[in-house]
Order: sequence, then structure tokens, then C-alpha cells
Amino acid sequence: MSRLSDHNVIVAKEIIARYPKPKSALIPLVHLSQQQNGYVTDDAMRHVAELIDVTPAEVYGTASFYEMFRFEPTGKYLVNICGTMSCQLMGAESLMHHAEHTLGVKAGSTTSDGLITLQHAECQAACTEAPTLQVNYRHRYRVTPEAFDELIADLRSGALDAEIPPHGTLGRNRQQIPADRTVGAPDPDDVTEGPAWIQVSPA
Amino acid sequence: MSNDHISRENTDRVVSPYPWAPGFYPGDRPQIVTSRFQYDDAYTLERYHATGGYEGLRAALAKSPSEVSEEVKNATLLGRGGAGFPAGTKWGFTPQGVWPRYLVVNGDESEPGTYKDRLLMECDPHQLIEGCLIASYAAGLSQCFLYIRGEMALAHERVAAALDEAYAAGYIGKNILGTDFGVDIVLHTGAGAYVVGEETALIESLEGERGMPRLKPPYFPAAVGLYGQPTIVNNVETLANLPFIAKEGAAAYTAVGTATSPGTRMIAVSGHVVRPGVYEIVNGSTTFRDLLYGDEYCQGIRDGNDLKAFVPGGGSAPWFTADQLDIPFEGPQAGAAGSMLGSGAVMVMDSTTDIPAAALSLVRFYAHESCGKCVPCREGGTWLYRLVQRVVDGHGTDADLQTILDVGQSICPGDMPHASSERLGLDAVPFPYKMTTICFVGPSAYVPIHSAMTLFPEDFDALVTKRGERRSIPVMAGAGE
Repeated sequence: MSRLSDHNVIVAKEIIARYPKPKSALIPLVHLSQQQNGYVTDDAMRHVAELIDVTPAEVYGTASFYEMFRFEPTGKYLVNICGTMSCQLMGAESLMHHAEHTLGVKAGSTTSDGLITLQHAECQAACTEAPTLQVNYRHRYRVTPEAFDELIADLRSGALDAEIPPHGTLGRNRQQIPADRTVGAPDPDDVTEGPAWIQVSPA
Repeated sequence: MSNDHISRENTDRVVSPYPWAPGFYPGDRPQIVTSRFQYDDAYTLERYHATGGYEGLRAALAKSPSEVSEEVKNATLLGRGGAGFPAGTKWGFTPQGVWPRYLVVNGDESEPGTYKDRLLMECDPHQLIEGCLIASYAAGLSQCFLYIRGEMALAHERVAAALDEAYAAGYIGKNILGTDFGVDIVLHTGAGAYVVGEETALIESLEGERGMPRLKPPYFPAAVGLYGQPTIVNNVETLANLPFIAKEGAAAYTAVGTATSPGTRMIAVSGHVVRPGVYEIVNGSTTFRDLLYGDEYCQGIRDGNDLKAFVPGGGSAPWFTADQLDIPFEGPQAGAAGSMLGSGAVMVMDSTTDIPAAALSLVRFYAHESCGKCVPCREGGTWLYRLVQRVVDGHGTDADLQTILDVGQSICPGDMPHASSERLGLDAVPFPYKMTTICFVGPSAYVPIHSAMTLFPEDFDALVTKRGERRSIPVMAGAGE
């Protein structure tokens, strides 16, 4: 079973209510499913489709556009090594060679123990600290071969468990909008008047 | 070319004094958006309050929305996302009497070389939230979507926590600070797609669609945007300037920088400099020479090497060389010289750089990030990537170099902008280019290879086999560094 859990259905409904149109919740809900299952399963996409009242094909159509969604089992840790210009200039290719040799797998695949998936990635917005990588989208800066080996050892030993949650969990916290404070998200088709603080100037 | 290359780089380089803001260096100059980076807890409401936080919002609410708009217009706050369009003017494009209007914050920073919005979100999220509130009040926006690039886990955590604090303190939601003003701010997560930084693609993505740019016209989402409603799309750094402008006034803002490019802007300098970093510079008057060689900035090229080339405004910008070092951060001057200031990202290449391999890293990026909507980008970008890869690997011929230019012409017909070169006796061709695609991704795949081939033809000549010559590829070819 990889439909959303009962708890996550409650979370999903909160998320959907924040948007004027339910389909806007598509990407956040696919993230939620990936957080639950570690990757995006067919059943989860069918469930998301039910929740926002679109077809499963529409969910897959959108989700397959985005690189963070993975449709196959993925390591507990996704290690993305940046290869775009700033990192390339500072030795990203050597780092990738080193990573492939250390892990014994080619970029784009997962170690046999299922712990680490290695990937080539594009610019991670940390260009001054090149070469960089991300583990489950948490940055590591100025990565030397030695630092890479240390990182892998720490991931294997569990030393980073508190800092880096398993793949799929983006943030360890989630925005909470208090019910007594929210303005609400009416469908734009149902809104005819301007906001209260704007005086409409005479035509 | 070897592994000791990376270890050497890592020992020599300077490290930012603020470990919580990696790469950021303060200096003896005005700080408008980075004023709180010195505190390791600047992301908390407590610190934000202690340092003048939400006073800009209070000042704005004491005025009418149109007065606030006017103040922002007078500040000539130029958009920091890449196009440099004045924010106040953009707000004015919303049609009268059409409701609701939305604010979409573009936090999808992913232009190669660009690293500033992530720092602003991680280090000072309340400043961004306050900016969103001021913009919403001024332009009559009833809901705000803060779209953060999916790959920024820490920014998500910091912004989500800051939004919770601000809701609880009464800054967001109904009847803000006891007034009629009310707006919700919703944190929205992207999922990895460079093209979503284009504002209409951002809106598509926010509607739950594939992130493909919309056909223009309409040119501005301010007229037709999210759900077909008037929508303001502003960059994170642009909005982060608003609390200062609202609190101190337009005059205080324009007192910094030049008349046409006032205030400050954040610039990330990466690559082969002694001190790569993120610097808040005085807009308009600071030159590239100041930035690359100045003691309070990058302190020169690494290892005492010569400068070979630099990308002045993110991966999409045509390249400059030492001939252009005296150009200031003034959009029209950079444009006349053949490039653009873009998203505030400078990437520096020293004399040891393998220019074709460096260009390849950008061509590959844009080919990879094509959304597939426009044929010249989808097909042409991939062609360019394969051709340049072949040349870098040493398997290219002189005919391949011509094919690269031919494919480029089908994406950007006519004269292609490039810098002047004293060494080659070349005059500049001013920015911008013509394009056969909806957005800038397609042309951006051609820009780096065109710049590299135009400014350093000998580096390519040395790599390719001429017609009638025997092919002989040195074993070092294709090492890529």
C-alpha cells in the first residue's frame, strides 16, 4: 500500500485548502507522498488525483516534468554532485570520479545496500562555495575527496541522522496556518469585490 | 586535470566570517538587505524585532496604498531577478477593478552562478515576509504564494518557521496590526526545474502544471497571471528591499548608488578568484574591476594568474574579458558592451581555464533544462550540447564549429551580442539578441558557446581536426578541467 496514510490525508486536505484551485496543491501533495514512501508510486499518484479531482495521468504528466520526483526506489540518501560552471571550474568532475570510485556505482544509480543514490546535478545556488554537493537537498560546501569520504562514513554510521532526514522529507517542519488568522483562499470566480483596504478610485 | 587540483583550491581559499551565511562577506559599505547577516539568529522573530523588524510595515500601513506604491516607484527599485524591470512600474500594470490580485514570490533561484536569494531566505526570512506584506498592501494583493525552489531544504525550514511566527504575532492573516489589511502568505514548494524561474512558467507550475512558459502576449502576468487574474511576480531580493524603502523612504534609498541604478545589489562571484563570495555592492557605480580585484571584495585572481574571461550576469549572459573590467553595474552600459547584468552572478575564469570545457558545462545545463515547448530550444539546445561535447572530446572537425554557429542562428537569428576584444580587433555587438523561442532558455544554450568561440577562437581551432588532416587526439583531451 502506498496510498497516503490517514494522517497524511489530513495534511493533504489542509494543503489543498490553502489554494484557490485544488490542482495548485498537486506538486506539494506529490512531495508529501514522496516523503511518505521515499519515491513516487503509482498508487500515490492515483490517490493524489482523487484528492484534487484530476486524472492520474494529469498527476503523472505534471510530476514527470520535475527532477526531484523519483519514480523508482531511491537510496535513503540522495547525493547530488553539482557540475555546472562554477563547480566545474573548481573541480566538480574530479569529485564525481572520486565519488563513483568510492561508492562503486555510476552516477544515476544506488549502492547495493540501498543507502546511497549518486546523481549528477545542476546549479545548487552555492556557487561561491564550489565544488558543492547536496545530501537530500542539504548543502555541503568546498567538498574535497577527503571530505566526501568522511561524509559517506558519517551517513553509513548514522552520525548525521539528526541533521539529514531520509530522502523525500524536504523540511523537518511544515507551515501551519492558524484557522483563526487565515483570510482564506476563495476561488477567484467567486470574488467580485476588491480588498477592504483599497479604496476604488472613481472611474 | 588531477585530483590535487581540488584539494589545493580548498586550502588556499578564505572562509566567510559568518559560518551561518556561507560565502557572505560584509564590508565598509551600505548594507540594505544584508544588515542582519552578522547575527547567527537573524532568522528568528526575536532578533528581527530587536533590529527594527516590521517597522517598515508599520510605516507603510500609516500611509495609503497608493502613497506606498508611489514611494517604491520613486525609489526606482529595479527587479533583481534578471530583467531589471522597475518593481513600482510593474505593480502599476494591474488592470483597474479586476479582483482578486495575487503576489507570487519568485524564490526559484537557479541561474548558474546565482547565490543570493537562498541566503536571504535562510538568514533573514522575516525581511522577505515583511517585503511581501508591503507589496500586498500597496498593490491590493489578497493572497501571496512564496514559491521556493524545491532543492533548498534549509530555506524551506527557515521560511516556514518564520511564517508561523509572523502569523502568531499578527503580521500575516486577517486584520494585520488591527487594520483592514489582510493577506495570507502560503509557502509553496517547487520540485526541480530551472525554467520555472521564468515568471509565466512559475505561474503554470503554481497551477499544478508542467512548468512551461506561456505564449506572449499578454506580456505581463500583472494583467493576466495566476488563474487568469492580475498577478505580481517579484524576485526575493527585490521584495527584501521594501522594508528599508518603506521605513527610511525613497530618498534614503536613492542616496545610495546612481540615479538610474539606485540602492545596492547582491552579487555572487565564483570561480578563480582569491575570495569568491557574496557581496552587497553599491549599485551603478561599483565596477567589475572593483569587484574582482578590490581588497574588500574578491582580492584578485587566484595564484597570481591572469584573468581570461568572466561571465558578468549569470550563465545566460555573454562573456566579458579584461577589456570590460571598468564597466560599472549599470544595466545599459553592460548592454551596450554586449552583455547584461542579469541575476547578479559573476563567474571568473583564469588563464589556466579550459575554455571549451567551461562553455560545455553551461551549454549542457541549458540543453538539459529545456522544457521542450519551443522546437529551436528543444532540438537546437540538444544539438549544441552534442556538438560542443564532441569538440571538447577532441573528435570535432572545423565543420562542427560552423554547424554550431548555424544551429545558433536558428535560435538567435541575426547579429549575436558579444563583447569587444582589443586582442582580436573586434567591436562589441550590443545586447539583446533576437530569438525564435518564447523564453530565454534556448538562447542561453547558445550564448556561452558563441561567446567562447568569438573571444577565444584559437582554443577551439586547436581542438578540432581540419578537413584533409589526419586525426590525432592527445590523450589529455576531454579531461574537462
